[in-house]
Amino acid sequence: MVLTDLSAAEHLRNLESGSISSVELTQAYLDRIEAVEKKVDAFLRIDGDRALQQAAEVDAKHAKRQPLGRLAGLPIAIKDILCERGQTTTCASRMLEHFRPPYDATAITRLRAADAVFLGRTNMDEFAMGGSTESSAYKVTRNPWDLERSPGGSSGGSAAAVAAGMAPFAIGTDTGGSIRQPAGLCGVVGMKPTYGRVSRYGLVAYASSLDQIGAFGQSVEDAALLLESIAGHDPRDSTSLNVPVPPYSQTVNKPLANVRIGWVREHFGPGLDSEVEAAIRAALEVYKSLGATLHEISLPHSKYAVATYYVIAPSEASSNLARYDGVHFGYRTDENEMLAELAADRKRLETGGDKIGLDRLDSALVRMYRRTRAEGFGPEVKRRIMLGTYALSAGYYDAYYLKALKVRRLIRQDFDQAFAKVDLIAGPITPAPAFKIGEMAGDPLALYLVDIYTVSANLAGIPGLCLPCGQSKTGLPIGLQLQAPALEEDRLLRGARMYEQATHWHKNRAMI
Amino acid sequence: MTELYTTIIGLEVHVQLATASKLFCGCSTRFGAEPNTQTCPVCTGLPGTLPVMNRHAFELALQTAVALNCEIPAFTKWDRKQYYYPDLPKNYQISQYDLPMSQHGHLDISDPKGGFEPKRVRILRAHLEEDAGKSLHDEIAGKGDSLIDLNRTGTPLLEIVSEPDMRSSLEAKTFLNELKLLLTYIGVSDCNMQEGSLRVDANVNLHIDTPQGKVATPIVEIKNMNSFRAVERALDYEAQRQWREWQETKRKLGDAPKQTRGWDDVAGVTRGQRSKEESSDYRYFPDPDLVPVTTTSTEVDSIRQSLGELPATLRNRLETDFSLSAYDADVLIKQGRPIVDYYFVVAEESGDTKAAANWVTQDILRTLKDLNTTIDAIPVPAAALADLIRKIKSGDVPSPRAREVFQAMVENRCDVAAAMEKLGIAAVDESELFALCQKLLAANPKTIADVRAGKVQAIGAIIGQAKKQNPNVDPTRIREICLQLIEAAP
Ligand SMILES: [Zn+2]
Repeated sequence: MVLTDLSAAEHLRNLESGSISSVELTQAYLDRIEAVEKKVDAFLRIDGDRALQQAAEVDAKHAKRQPLGRLAGLPIAIKDILCERGQTTTCASRMLEHFRPPYDATAITRLRAADAVFLGRTNMDEFAMGGSTESSAYKVTRNPWDLERSPGGSSGGSAAAVAAGMAPFAIGTDTGGSIRQPAGLCGVVGMKPTYGRVSRYGLVAYASSLDQIGAFGQSVEDAALLLESIAGHDPRDSTSLNVPVPPYSQTVNKPLANVRIGWVREHFGPGLDSEVEAAIRAALEVYKSLGATLHEISLPHSKYAVATYYVIAPSEASSNLARYDGVHFGYRTDENEMLAELAADRKRLETGGDKIGLDRLDSALVRMYRRTRAEGFGPEVKRRIMLGTYALSAGYYDAYYLKALKVRRLIRQDFDQAFAKVDLIAGPITPAPAFKIGEMAGDPLALYLVDIYTVSANLAGIPGLCLPCGQSKTGLPIGLQLQAPALEEDRLLRGARMYEQATHWHKNRAMI
Repeated sequence: MTELYTTIIGLEVHVQLATASKLFCGCSTRFGAEPNTQTCPVCTGLPGTLPVMNRHAFELALQTAVALNCEIPAFTKWDRKQYYYPDLPKNYQISQYDLPMSQHGHLDISDPKGGFEPKRVRILRAHLEEDAGKSLHDEIAGKGDSLIDLNRTGTPLLEIVSEPDMRSSLEAKTFLNELKLLLTYIGVSDCNMQEGSLRVDANVNLHIDTPQGKVATPIVEIKNMNSFRAVERALDYEAQRQWREWQETKRKLGDAPKQTRGWDDVAGVTRGQRSKEESSDYRYFPDPDLVPVTTTSTEVDSIRQSLGELPATLRNRLETDFSLSAYDADVLIKQGRPIVDYYFVVAEESGDTKAAANWVTQDILRTLKDLNTTIDAIPVPAAALADLIRKIKSGDVPSPRAREVFQAMVENRCDVAAAMEKLGIAAVDESELFALCQKLLAANPKTIADVRAGKVQAIGAIIGQAKKQNPNVDPTRIREICLQLIEAAP
């Protein structure tokens, strides 16, 4: 067995027993990165020296028997969307190419307090907008199971890093499926907690009412361990929930007795790949064999979830991303070029005697805004900003944004009714296994439809988890999604772990 | 053909609330610090930061809303008002749109000089929002560079919007004075216009009586007024300008979009400001980073109780219970609660509410000004002034020398008796006065004859001699006694 094939939870037991040091473990991952990263391109930045230094500090604490954090000595990969003081945080955008925040995200503070070792920053779709990691301004990440295929997104870098054994676990964010979908496509465990469970302070906002930080791991145990370390109320995030965090890592191995599993009629309609359907049905049978009862349920409004999501998320994004204007921070267009362009425009209009054109000519400030945003943002970000700006405009607000809020409420009610009958909902994570890189490039709508099974959980604010449950004939992983009521992460993790322990899928590794 | 018009005025007042820290972060709100020294990742809108509401600011806003007789809804929320401006780092302002924290209140105004009938100005709404920063345009260098100071960014503002209930610049000025008085009484703002703690915009148009009926002119919003005096002048100017414009263009409300004009205080004119069409759509939507705020009726009741007596109630009490004129009550109220409290003690202990008002509004206010001090540091405590008033009434202090006594009390920080001793003033008793008058009349038979012949002013000579012999005598009393003696003489 290769060291980097072990899960974070297994490493932690070895670190605690002293059978391995954090420096040795960190070095093993850095070696693995050295070996495979050029094929996968999961990372935007790797800081091996800093990681080894952090690891040495943890080892020193361990040697001196000083108190250690919950993740002491475990290397972790972090999506490049969480702010860390003095460390470049780009959101995979040109706009923030040189942005170094003067403060730490709460999740970063908590990881540091837990004595985790930071390996580096992972690639993502620009500002987390996308489902393939192709909208990154810097690089295209490849799926370790098939390098011609996408790892999914937006947290594709974190998913691929874990799938390729370059990190035992990783931090991602999930706004419409951005953890669960790449976890499914990369054959690892990915979890989105309840909205408000993990502080969003320092998470660069895409869609504030949907964004949530979560975990990737080799096993459900890893997800439990990581969630436990970053969850909890934060006075700096008004939407963070002030409720106690259960000790997930201590309860995760206790199977749920007589669990009622719901499967959603609407999930098994046209468009679902037959291999995926077979894998999900087989997974349901596994639950049955573990003493669970299966129940057919309906989420009647789930068919509107993608449409609802693509009104609400871009609306919030159009507002959240307004601050990237070149004035206070981030990218700014070349001012001399901008002024020269403006002067040329003026001359042209004057020569042509175009009085209206002259009257409408940008001020230098407006031209600076225009050029900065035109140059700093990629096409997917611009598309969503325009969608959101349109949806919030006078005359359209009621028809789009307000209507979407109403449908969101109905989707939430669907879940409330469903969870009155079942403990967990199980189903597919994507309609099909990993798609080819570039396959969706000309068709944004097709890519949006990949989110069909994931966005509802964000709209309803409930936790969701994806874990491996099969493989296609072509050797691609298939993911099983589980969903639980708000704040029932403990139930969700235990339900997932009992499946994991009864199957072998999570032990499969990408051959790379 | 005669046409008459009425000026219709509504005001929008932005009040900076007196909190130590900003509305959504912990930065100080102190005025006058070095640029950009009172900022943090939150108020500079850095990526990933989140706002957290300052509860104290919300409480001050509630106090103000309750004092303005507003309804306080059980539920209020925050909205983003979106527009691009360099001094607004997020390019949206956190404000309140369709569910403000208060609405439908009123403020009563009246003019003690009778310039208008007392009236009730309705308050449409009052909502909380964050302030923007300041842009400093470097026009001297001529390069068009701008500097931005974000110290003010995120300072809590309460926007109070009146209904268009005012009909003259005097009413508008009175409304502003009364509002400022109220805010100062409850201590929610220092209302310093120079430092921008209180800013006023006015909406004004005319309702013109024409043979075809009443016609409204297009509404104009006036900005950049830096004092109440400027508001008054700008409104007068604007009413006349709109009247001239109406005569020239006959343009009615709806014929032209709402115009924004800036007040030029030096030139004394309003000037049209370029308004871009696209800036009108703020794309308001609920801020997903903040949670709604709820307020219970119990909380509102306890705020109402904690406010104490508001200026309107105090004014009423001064006029009815203390029998003061509207004018005197107004002068007192405007000095603020501590002076009103001082007055209450003087009035109650002296037993003469009117004399107490005269002393406080004249001599005490003058003394405060002369000494450049406040009422709690005045050398004459309320009880000492009350004592002086009582002694003047009883004749123990000769009234012509009362001001001298008061001045001595101020200078020596002493009581009435000590001041009189310092000045060598002794009360003159009636028998002494009678004796003096008899002596002087006996020596001046011509005066008696003159008075009997109807030349009453001849008494003046006697009064002059009496004062020479004893400076403490009361001339009025001398005159009365002399007349009495002359009449009684055979
Ligand atoms: Zn601040």
